[in-house]
Amino acid sequence: MQVKKTRYDQLTENLKPEEMIINMGPQHPSTHGVLRLELITDGEIVKEVIPHMGYLHRCFEKHCENLTYQQIIPFVDRMDYLSSMNNDHAYVMGVERMMGIDKDIPKRVEYIRVLVCELNRIASHLIAIGIYGIDIGAFTPFLWCFRDREHILNMLEWASGSRMLYNYIWVGGLFYDLPVGFEERCSEFVSYFKPKLTELNLLLTDNQIFIARTAGVGILPLDVAINYGCSGPMLRGSGLKWDLRRTDEYSVYPELEFDIPVGKGEMGKSGDCWDRYKVRADEIVESILIVEQCLERLQKELKRGPEFDPRAKLPKKIIPKEQDFYIRAENPRGELGYYFITDGKTEIPKRVKARAPSFNNLSVLPEITRGVLIADLVAILGSVDIVLGEVDR
Amino acid sequence: MNFDEIKRLLSEKFGSDVIIEDQKGGLQPALIINPNSIVPVCKELRDNKNTWFDFLSCLTGIDHGVENNKFSVVYHLASIPHKHQLVLKVIIDHDRSLDSLPSFISVSDIWKTAEWHEREAFDLLGIQFEGHPDLRRILLPDDWEGYPLRKDYIAAEEYKGIKIKE
Repeated sequence: MQVKKTRYDQLTENLKPEEMIINMGPQHPSTHGVLRLELITDGEIVKEVIPHMGYLHRCFEKHCENLTYQQIIPFVDRMDYLSSMNNDHAYVMGVERMMGIDKDIPKRVEYIRVLVCELNRIASHLIAIGIYGIDIGAFTPFLWCFRDREHILNMLEWASGSRMLYNYIWVGGLFYDLPVGFEERCSEFVSYFKPKLTELNLLLTDNQIFIARTAGVGILPLDVAINYGCSGPMLRGSGLKWDLRRTDEYSVYPELEFDIPVGKGEMGKSGDCWDRYKVRADEIVESILIVEQCLERLQKELKRGPEFDPRAKLPKKIIPKEQDFYIRAENPRGELGYYFITDGKTEIPKRVKARAPSFNNLSVLPEITRGVLIADLVAILGSVDIVLGEVDR
Repeated sequence: MNFDEIKRLLSEKFGSDVIIEDQKGGLQPALIINPNSIVPVCKELRDNKNTWFDFLSCLTGIDHGVENNKFSVVYHLASIPHKHQLVLKVIIDHDRSLDSLPSFISVSDIWKTAEWHEREAFDLLGIQFEGHPDLRRILLPDDWEGYPLRKDYIAAEEYKGIKIKE
């Protein structure tokens, strides 16, 4: 039987004399981890990009075949290791909905969840912006972003006991209540952090060199973005107001006021690298708004009391009915989905498939990098903001 | 459009044998589609003004276990303008032999995002997708033997002379 040639074979076998294959990665600083890009180049021009991943594959789905629902949470943490809280939140919501206990979760628990998720979203976007600056050649924003991110990580470490991989949000509740004084320290951080954002904007957003490198580069048209399953800032950068926190109205997000920033093509064309960067920068501002509202409620009507127990609603045994269920939630990088199949008899799921936002966002890379310069490829890849832990799972 | 309207729309357009069964028990109802008509069904669902499922959220390959000898692919569709979701399933029988893999029809022409998801299903479960332009392994090394997410998979003892099992 004649084996059909894949597109990869066709691309790599029929090179023209002027074309050359260059490997970028897996050990390349601008590939944000262990991503290998195979470039077919003609001089400085990139003809085709072929991503190769799997260097960080840790068999998430295979592990899930042997672990209980609660034991999977630490593995979920390690998928998108820059926003573990958001991963946990999506996963836990899925299990709670399958159990039918999602309406019983106390308000204070829900607000704490949203608070830590949004703090984590800020930390994650700070990395995205800082590293993006360093990809383009601006070193200072990187240091400033990491300085401020460290404050958030210290707070989350105080709450959960771990710096990056929290295992804080549990099915039916939380690991612990917030430590005494957390709300006050968090408010202090917010008032410290707000002027820093203005500084960051002066340094990067309006920087002419940065604009020259990113505006009009790597334009992602909206229809292509949707067809490739892009979500999160990638999709919003192309001008679509699509945020699952508003669309699905999960948790307590309907009670909170915030805006959904979209790319408008202010500097170049809509959907370019600058727009994606700007959406992230604006989302930090929105997240701070959410954090402030959460803090206000946590300090007033949902104040901690001696009778409050974040573990009160933890189910003794997590055995959902036999069903299959897909949950989606808004991660800093886009739509994070989990597809559960349960058998209704054991505490171990039959199957958990993770739909990682970075995985889908990365798949559009070959489409938007055809014919760009190698230096622009670095700018485009940085603006996609991938986390390889999540791409490879 | 709700679930029943979509069901009616599909059976009016493609005849009643296109939907084999509907699963309404769980939180998310699903339609089990005839394996041969998945591509026209998906195209219709994407292009029809009333359904407009322009976003493929997730595509999952499933092994139903050794005793069932069945494989399935589950499609989670979402519509951005209408904000509704739909689950489609395609199930086929297969005797789990490694010589001929269970074969489904690729939907990567309809949603480009399916391309990588189908590669992942091929990689981890050994599901063939007809008409896929670039069906290679995606997460595992190219020379990996076997399909790890199959229920009868036995973990390899070593890989290229490196012992990987205690």
